[in-house]
Amino acid sequence: MDKTTLIILAVVCIILFVAPLIIFNGHGEDDGYFGGADDAAGEAINESQGGKYEPWASAIWEPPSGEIESLLFALQAAIGAIIIGYFFGYWRGQKSKED
Amino acid sequence: MHIMEGYLPLEWCIIWFVISFIVVAYGVYQIKKIVDETPESKALLAVSGAFMFVLSSLKLPSVTGSCSHPCGNGLGAALFGPAVTAVLATIVLLFQAILLAHGGLTTLGANIFSMGIIGPVVAWAVYKALIKANMSSTVAVFFAAFLGDLLTYVATSFQLALAFPAPSFGSALSKFLVIFAVTQVPLAIGEGILTVIIWDRLKEYKPKLLDKLGVLAPKEA
Repeated sequence: MDKTTLIILAVVCIILFVAPLIIFNGHGEDDGYFGGADDAAGEAINESQGGKYEPWASAIWEPPSGEIESLLFALQAAIGAIIIGYFFGYWRGQKSKED
Repeated sequence: MHIMEGYLPLEWCIIWFVISFIVVAYGVYQIKKIVDETPESKALLAVSGAFMFVLSSLKLPSVTGSCSHPCGNGLGAALFGPAVTAVLATIVLLFQAILLAHGGLTTLGANIFSMGIIGPVVAWAVYKALIKANMSSTVAVFFAAFLGDLLTYVATSFQLALAFPAPSFGSALSKFLVIFAVTQVPLAIGEGILTVIIWDRLKEYKPKLLDKLGVLAPKEA
């Protein structure tokens, strides 16, 4: 693909994920927006059991705060990104040496 | 698609564990074989796993007003098949279960089944079918990633509806599908696009390796 196509694809991707932020602008977690689907499923299970569902196991460790949780999520993304970046840079260099 | 810790009855935890264990064990064996035959593919394995790491850490907003995350399992499935992807998914899910309290150790088997088995099986089958139909591998990988992501969430909905069929299996299923699958549609499109971008670069930099793995369309090889 040429560069223009790649840029268009990237822009489409950005629009796709910015659109919800614009559509639901002004709403927040307090009125039920932008919550996680995993938690919504947990609530649905609880409701289907008459509001009495007790999870029979709990996480062995939980991030003590939202800050720590975002730290670990950022770490997860960073680990992935550096591996991809490293190899793509390496392969690109190899390729230009061959040409 | 993470089923939370303690949110599946014990018998279902065991069933999904057994199925997932078999597939993951076969995946480990396959990885060993692939690495022995083509040592260069080690880097490609790392990139496939890393792609999953990145994508599953991104919780994105959807037009339904709730947030979910893509899986990144289409890339690994198109390159190496579903069993290898199940191994990569296990690493990601363990990281999230232990460090982030996302998913859980009791539900690990169930989560591997959706994200590491059903999603990748669908992605792999779609990819192979479209390649056979003479489509370009870049287009094929879009549909593979899109459907792999979406079916991962459909699988989770089925798992929850099977475990909690109240008031009936059908109504439980539609309830979980609304929560998971509908939210996932725009995210799956995004995942498809991101996988296409990565795929395009792979084809540019490593055409011989892709050819050796036998994943390119006949006309591209």
